[in-house]
Amino acid sequence: AISAVAQAAPPTAAMLSNACAGCHGTNGGSAGPTMPSLAGQSKEAITVAMKKFKSGERSGSIMGRLAKGYSDAEITAMAEFFSKQKLHATTQALDKAKIAKGASLQESNCGRCHIEDGKEGKDDTPAMASQWLPYMQMQMADYLSGKRKMPEKMKEKVDPMSKEDLDALLHFYASVK
Amino acid sequence: AGLPLIGRAAELMPKSGKRVVVIGGGYGGTIAAKYIRMMDKSIEVVMIERNDHFVSCPFSNLYIGGILKDLTPLTIKYDKLAANHGVKVVQAEVTAIDAAAKSVTTSKGTITYDRLVVSPGIDFRLEEMKGYDAAAMEVMPHAWKAGPQTVLLRKQLVAMKDGGTVVMTVPLAPYRCPPGPYERTSMIAHYLKHNKPKSKIVVLDANPDITSKGPLFKKGWKDNYEGIIDYRPAKKVTEVDPKAMAVMVEGLEEVKGDVINVIPSQRAGHIAVAAGLVGDDKNWCPVNQTTFESTKQAGIHVIGDACIAGPMPKSGYSANSEAKVCATNVVALINGKETTDLSGINTCYSYITDKDAISVAGVYAVKEGKIIAVPNSGGVSPADYSMSKIEATYAESWLRNILTEMST
Ligand SMILES: Cc1cc2nc3c(=O)[nH]c(=O)nc-3n(C[C@H](O)[C@H](O)[C@H](O)COP(=O)(O)OP(=O)(O)OC[C@H]3O[C@@H](n4cnc5c(N)ncnc54)[C@H](O)[C@@H]3O)c2cc1C
Ligand code: HEC
Ligand code: HEC
Repeated sequence: AISAVAQAAPPTAAMLSNACAGCHGTNGGSAGPTMPSLAGQSKEAITVAMKKFKSGERSGSIMGRLAKGYSDAEITAMAEFFSKQKLHATTQALDKAKIAKGASLQESNCGRCHIEDGKEGKDDTPAMASQWLPYMQMQMADYLSGKRKMPEKMKEKVDPMSKEDLDALLHFYASVK
Repeated sequence: AGLPLIGRAAELMPKSGKRVVVIGGGYGGTIAAKYIRMMDKSIEVVMIERNDHFVSCPFSNLYIGGILKDLTPLTIKYDKLAANHGVKVVQAEVTAIDAAAKSVTTSKGTITYDRLVVSPGIDFRLEEMKGYDAAAMEVMPHAWKAGPQTVLLRKQLVAMKDGGTVVMTVPLAPYRCPPGPYERTSMIAHYLKHNKPKSKIVVLDANPDITSKGPLFKKGWKDNYEGIIDYRPAKKVTEVDPKAMAVMVEGLEEVKGDVINVIPSQRAGHIAVAAGLVGDDKNWCPVNQTTFESTKQAGIHVIGDACIAGPMPKSGYSANSEAKVCATNVVALINGKETTDLSGINTCYSYITDKDAISVAGVYAVKEGKIIAVPNSGGVSPADYSMSKIEATYAESWLRNILTEMST
């Protein structure tokens, strides 16, 4: 038999984050079209998303149950870990015409917050470049139905737009490498 | 234990630097091998697996229910683990472990190691199911290891006449995948409802009640499969008669079926038993709750279904999570560094119909050397099935991600 092992250190950022990878992919690069990639997402956006899941402010199917298992310090550590990973370039079948239309609409409508073609986000705005289209479509549907609450200023931009234009925008963001 | 060595079996790969050998290329083994290499390229990792491919048990119930047309989406190969991470994959059967000599005997020769990771999954306690031998398995498949057994059970269902009875037996917990038998019940009922509506499925469960997501399964069955599922708790099947196509409940009550799916009670894979890694219960392997090092044999780590990981259930996601914790600490121990406490997750989706799935989730940490479920976290899907459609789409992505993790 083995004697009791010496004290172990508390979980590191990598130890905490690796447990998420079964659903979000190794280092947060998702291979499943409805599961969001976390790799390269901003630290602020992940932190805010996790805290909203934890408090119940953002409804989700499973993230609420999981987020409740982590302290704020652990959430920050995981957010930092995923933000440092290389952006995960997805290969998706996307409609070229929609991408072009979205490209022409994005700067004036969404560009104030989803900056650098969606590769970055202002403050806690999530990056969307190369994110899975089906995931973003599901999120947009939740915003439009009121299930997920839109930031006031984003709502002002989104509300007047047609479903087609919104979908074109999501195609554009999904296409950005 | 194991085969007596006559002279010395040929050494398959002479060891020069630091080496970890991993036994098993399933949910636990692939991830341990890959993550050790991701964390420390100076460690040589040799993964030994008897097959040249792996078929996932998760989602195999969807194939049995006719929702998946073949097993291709559930099958992975190991070539990219080798190409991308330099894992050395050896296709061989491990027949013995010598903890003192730090050496593993395989059908192709011996391999020495600095540390060994064992993730062999389960084997069956056949001594507890009279009459259930290799020949009986071809008549009454278990389909609890995915592959030919899964295909056989599907074939039998397709060949069954409308009006037939399917019988399924569930062993006492703990067994691999607590919700698995009830997901299978749902998938078989789904198939019967749409293809053989005069048929039914009788579930003989040795447990006093459904062992996981009970209220959710019961609601799903009531809403979708009234009159098709005949669930009978506290019915422990102890004997089978393949000729009569019958099973015996505690030697008293005989139940006959046209298709019989026998899920026997289980223990850690044979090799873990042979190597003296199982504990006082003679079934499962006690381990340090953060390094997964065996408390029976130094230098050997056991993960996945075979080990006892406190409240973490025997699931693919648990095996994946345990493998990463184990990899972190194997790398630390080899380099003489401090070990790190476990942080783990389990999630498991179960399909009820082709379009509805439910889930259970848990977050785990270590407290005073023991794995605990983090209080006030985790739990199951909403009781009213308000999330079941969306969870079915997330479940598909879950499978894509976890199999991609294992194979790239
Ligand atoms: C019907 C069903 C549905 C399930 N659904 C889910 C689900 O939805 N989600 C979930 O998380 N889990 C699910 N599970 C559970 C999951 O399959 C197991 O928990 C998981 O496979 C355990 O991983 P492991 O590494 O311990 O064993 P395995 O994945 O079984 O891997 C063991 C490997 O070791 C190899 N091996 C064993 N002994 C030797 C030897 N002596 N020499 C060489 N190779 C050897 C085997 O060939 C095998 O490839 C399900 C299980 C079943 C049966
Ligand atoms: C069982 C699968 C699963 C696991 C495990 C999991 N997630 Fe998620 N994650 C999801 C799903 C599904 C969503 C979409 C929201 C929902 O339905 O809950 C999501 C969404 C998210 C989002 C929002 C992303 C965005 O761009 O809006 C973040 C951030 C996130 N997860 C972080 C994590 C972290 C950190 C962990 C580990 C502690 C983790 N997830 C573990 C399934 C999972
Ligand atoms: C005023 C700032 C602002 C503007 C303008 C804006 N957004 Fe956003 N967007 C945000 C913030 C902040 C979030 C995260 C909000 C939350 O927590 O739900 C977000 C989230 C999203 C998400 C979900 C991403 C994810 O990973 O979960 C999508 C999709 C999205 N926005 C699309 C758009 C589109 C399309 C436009 C333009 C028509 C737009 N946004 C305009 C600030 C903005």
